[in-house]
Amino acid sequence: MTLQALLSHWARNKMQLAMLLAGLTLATALWSGVQALNAQARGAYATAAALVSTDGAARLESPSGQLPQALFVELRRAGVLVSPVAEGRFIMGDTRVTLLGIEPLTAPPGTAAALADGDLQGFLSGGGYAHPETVAQIGASDMALTPSQAVPVGTVLVDIGTAQTALGMADQISHLMLTGPAPDAMPEGLRMAQADAGAELDGLTDSFHLNLTAFGALAFAVGLFIVHSAVGLAFEQRRGLFRTLRSLGVPLRSLTLALALELALMALIAGLAGLGLGYVMAAALLPDVAATLRGLYGAPVPGSLQFSPVWALAGLAMAFAGAGLAGGQALWRLWHMPVLAPAQPRAWAIASGRAMRWQVVGALALGALAFVLGVFGSGLFAGFALLAAALLAAALLTPAALALCLRMAARLARAPVVQWFWADSRQNLPRLSLALMALMLALAANIGVGTMVASFRATFIGWLDQRLVAEMTVTPRDAAQARELEAFLTSRVDAVLPLRRVDATLAGQPGAVYAMRDHATFRDNWPLIQAAADSWDRLAGEQGALINEQLARRAGLWPGDRVALPGAGDVAILGVYPDYGNPLAQAIVTEDWFDRLYPDTPTRQLAIRTDDPDATRAALLDEFGLTAQAITDQAQAKALSLAIFERTFLITGALNVLTLSVAALALFATLVTLSGLRLVQLAPLWAMGLTVRQLAGLELARALVLAGLTMVLALPVGLMLAQVLLAVINVQAFGWRLPLQIFPADWARLAFWAGLAMLAASAWPAWRLWRGGGEPLLRVFAYER
Amino acid sequence: MNVKVLLFCLLPAAPVLAQGFAGLGTDAEGFAVPERGRALQFPRDHGAHPDYRIEWWYLTATLQDADGRDYGAQWTLFRSALAPGESEGWDSPQVWMGHAGLTTPDTHFSAERFARGGIGQADVAAAPFAARIDDWHMTSTAPDGADAYSALQIAARDADFGYDLRLEANGPLVLHGQDGYSVKSAAGQASYYYSQPFYSVTGTLDLPGGPVAVTGQGWLDREWSSQPLASDQTGWDWFSIVLEDGHRLMGFQLRGRQTFTAGTWITPQGQATALPDGALSFTPQGTAQVAGRDIPVRWQIDWPEQGLSLQTAPVNPQSWMDLTVSYWEGPIRVTGSHDGRGYLEMTGY
Amino acid sequence: MSLLALKDIHKSFASAEGPVAVLQGVSLAVQAGEVVALTGESGSGKSTLLHIAAGLEPVDAGQVLFGTQDMAALPDAGRAQLRRGTVGLVFQQFNLVPSLSVGANLAFQARLAGKHDAAFCTDLAARLGLADLLSRYPEQLSGGQQQRVAIGRALAARPEVLLADEPTGNLDEATGDAVFALMLELARAQGTGLLLVTHSARLAGQCDHAIHLRNGRLA
Repeated sequence: MTLQALLSHWARNKMQLAMLLAGLTLATALWSGVQALNAQARGAYATAAALVSTDGAARLESPSGQLPQALFVELRRAGVLVSPVAEGRFIMGDTRVTLLGIEPLTAPPGTAAALADGDLQGFLSGGGYAHPETVAQIGASDMALTPSQAVPVGTVLVDIGTAQTALGMADQISHLMLTGPAPDAMPEGLRMAQADAGAELDGLTDSFHLNLTAFGALAFAVGLFIVHSAVGLAFEQRRGLFRTLRSLGVPLRSLTLALALELALMALIAGLAGLGLGYVMAAALLPDVAATLRGLYGAPVPGSLQFSPVWALAGLAMAFAGAGLAGGQALWRLWHMPVLAPAQPRAWAIASGRAMRWQVVGALALGALAFVLGVFGSGLFAGFALLAAALLAAALLTPAALALCLRMAARLARAPVVQWFWADSRQNLPRLSLALMALMLALAANIGVGTMVASFRATFIGWLDQRLVAEMTVTPRDAAQARELEAFLTSRVDAVLPLRRVDATLAGQPGAVYAMRDHATFRDNWPLIQAAADSWDRLAGEQGALINEQLARRAGLWPGDRVALPGAGDVAILGVYPDYGNPLAQAIVTEDWFDRLYPDTPTRQLAIRTDDPDATRAALLDEFGLTAQAITDQAQAKALSLAIFERTFLITGALNVLTLSVAALALFATLVTLSGLRLVQLAPLWAMGLTVRQLAGLELARALVLAGLTMVLALPVGLMLAQVLLAVINVQAFGWRLPLQIFPADWARLAFWAGLAMLAASAWPAWRLWRGGGEPLLRVFAYER
Repeated sequence: MNVKVLLFCLLPAAPVLAQGFAGLGTDAEGFAVPERGRALQFPRDHGAHPDYRIEWWYLTATLQDADGRDYGAQWTLFRSALAPGESEGWDSPQVWMGHAGLTTPDTHFSAERFARGGIGQADVAAAPFAARIDDWHMTSTAPDGADAYSALQIAARDADFGYDLRLEANGPLVLHGQDGYSVKSAAGQASYYYSQPFYSVTGTLDLPGGPVAVTGQGWLDREWSSQPLASDQTGWDWFSIVLEDGHRLMGFQLRGRQTFTAGTWITPQGQATALPDGALSFTPQGTAQVAGRDIPVRWQIDWPEQGLSLQTAPVNPQSWMDLTVSYWEGPIRVTGSHDGRGYLEMTGY
Repeated sequence: MSLLALKDIHKSFASAEGPVAVLQGVSLAVQAGEVVALTGESGSGKSTLLHIAAGLEPVDAGQVLFGTQDMAALPDAGRAQLRRGTVGLVFQQFNLVPSLSVGANLAFQARLAGKHDAAFCTDLAARLGLADLLSRYPEQLSGGQQQRVAIGRALAARPEVLLADEPTGNLDEATGDAVFALMLELARAQGTGLLLVTHSARLAGQCDHAIHLRNGRLA
């Protein structure tokens, strides 16, 4: 009964109901969509990790990346439980895959699970397992492929014998998985790597997921603004009803319970709708996210979404939590409301000066916190905490700052209508403040992230031009072919620059040491952020190494410091080079030294300098008989790098647009719910001789002015955000720091969109006012009777 | 389930599809099959027979420490072939599985090892004899000229137990069935089967409480085949018993639509008498709850013709080999018309 | 020629049971300096007639004339111009612009009409007893104070016609009488024609003459 009476309110205020549900639905959708993306990616890492290790298992490896198979037998016969792995990149059908060769009898249980339902005899005699997406990518192939969800995307799981044959690794293995206790004494040339591939991926991609989560949380917060304003208004409008019900003897407990029940019902409906929408959104965004993770981190994430009850339940829980958060205040006030409290619809949301002062105090406190975090904090989490505090401070400060602007504008105004316009805007600010805060957050996030991405893009493109100087690169099939290629090419091109590397732990981080031939190509083009004197000569003289920015920043190592290279001890750091798009630590030494330090390291790629790339390409294809897939020309490489870059931030852009849309919806919801209240304020002006058209125009102008002022306020906040992203978050997450660049054209575009969003949000109430003629205004006076 | 089970579905515990062609000497997939009348030759037949589908080297030992406490040890190497023949490298069709068991009156330890043939992780060499998988081994210590099995060293080790035993044979090899051709069903399934049942054993057990010196008696079974069980046979109960008067009894029953029994009565001098189907009878006398199932751990064995009536009781009823392929295997004490000790293996429960 | 003349006004409203005729041929006129009381039962159409006179509500039939100017001939902007400069309106409540101070409210219509006279405004505020309240905001005032601001605002623009809809209806009798007396005095001093809706016969009795509405017709 009580619930029925309460619910009847919504039948009469359908728009309010729609806004409440839409707000909660959108908030849940954005949150759960992001969570679904994260869950999918994390699941994929777990799959990858399970395939090549037992939980927390270590692996034994050699710095050169290869071990003799005999060592495996020797260790087993000594009672050390290890399982061999032979892996490498391999062209299959239409694509390049990681061929992962395992020995199923000794492999850890996770690996065996991938084969659980399969045809083992077929596996042992040359069959493979791959993710359905990979099977489709490969297309026609000689290998019998069985689709399996347990294999990461981009990997083909085969027997070790099959892999050795395909990869030209007879009697060689890549590393050993330790499935039992570690040996008492480590055999010579072997080392234990505690972190397995999955954990590495987890660590590297954490920042990306934290990023997504932060965006999801921001969107959720913006959505809650809508819900809070709708629930709050509905509460105030029903004060009279509550009073009546209480007077009729409905116990406070039942009334509160009914209101809570109503809220729960809405949370359930909106939560379910939000989950559906979130799923659709995640499914639409996943291919880009997967491409980003693959391109940036080599993380094998499939591009098709799988439903997981975990994030669904989490999303629903968030919907309830959000509704509770937004409606809790209303419930609390109901609980404390005297039976015969006067109805005071206009008192709602008219935040007194005191409320605004508290907001300012809160903003200052948060600002101080952000300052402390900025000065003393370190780590990714502190970075995000700093961002959250600063953004919240800026949001809380928004109403006060706008009020100040409007007060100053009113001082300057002379005409009575203009004076009224400013005064009225200021007076209505508290009612709009939640929505304006949401707009402020969305705009600041847009400016900040946009500036960060644009700064990054500008730097990245310049860096690519410098770094990708080789006209083409060739990927040999194995070490033997690499030698043949080098011999074949030497007389035909200006220079052949072989790329060799060994995996290494540098300053405690996973990474690699690369060989660099002393050649003008590198001296002239290789960009350095910081360099010691005569760095190139000293590099050629084997007096030290170059390291990448990631390593320099994470380990705090700069020219003048020393870094330990495997087999070489501490060597001087001669320079630091930017290395965007690569998550791992790197060091470069000269080729001759490298070959002495790590003999017999296979050449992975050959960079070619030539004046006539077409002829070289033709020679490689026709005379040498290389496959076209093994050759990458400069333009391709650049296009690929740029494509990876663009995809990386596509998801960011999409979330930006969504956040701005939610903020526009919040404004719309607020303006619609306030439009009844506005009539009372506008009627006297109409009676005093302003036309309805003028009033509607003023309403639109007010929305635009507020949007414009908010945009102006959002600019410094957005730039601060960009600076934090570039100088703190990027450094922590990726290991590189970029200069902040300003792109006013982007701001103009954003201002245009913000204005458009604001116009769209205010158009409907204004249009209703204008279309109604004086009728709705007259009704204000008619209520008198 | 997992991949290893798939591989070892070829083990005797599961029915083998390939039937018949017995007279031709090979089955449909090219595996050799046992033939009646083919004489076993040593040391050749101590080694592996890669043309046959399955094979094992199976050693059990009943042991006592200085205080007379009973122990049991098992060392087994199974060979299973995906295709007949042997080749080098990962192409080898041979797959190896090692089982080690160690029974005390209150604990039973078990461990397993797997390996592919062809790469040297596991193999069996006939002369000088050595069977190995990882660091587990059964190595002949016999002097030149003596039978390789007349003296052996076996060792196995896992995270929480291990043993190292030396075995000296006090009698000859014993061929089961008809000169080693052992029939396994009324339909004629058969294997080659011989034993060395006359070992005296000394050695050390590594237990969580520390090393224990033990002595006792051991029994080695060698068997290979390609088609061991009839399709309706679900499992078996197999006994190897050393009586105090020096006689040995090997007896088993294969459970199926019709129970098939067989056995060998061995004199202290090593003269063997094959016991045909029906000569022995095996009657469960009591079960124990083991690994979630009822398992008959106490038996009555009768051989009415000889007035033999034995009751068996396990040293540890929980002698469960909790491995990829699981079964009950442990030492037993024998009373009745004769006293003795032995080993019992039960599969298919 | 009358300052304000309503001729044969007809007005009906849509309702669930079909159109309800509120005014059925009402005519009246207000002369300069004249105070006319419009009385009648609740629902007799008093307020509607007043809204029609102010050009807030269109008529079904009949004429509203300010001097010679026919209201029906004016566009929306023209009617707004008329309300701004010629007519003053005082309602029972919802009179004041909540975002403006008392002083700004008082001057607002005069400034809109371009007839703002600071000295007059100050004098008016003093006479209305509002001199100390000029910097306050409407929500900080009592009902009587608010109504005095509303009257002052209407008079500050020196309208030719003042239309008042139960201006003292929300006030206690003593305050109501005082406010009413002040309004009469100021209107008469400025030569403003005053059309006053009231249900109080006592107040109607103090007017130059009274018109009684019954069932949409003049009684």
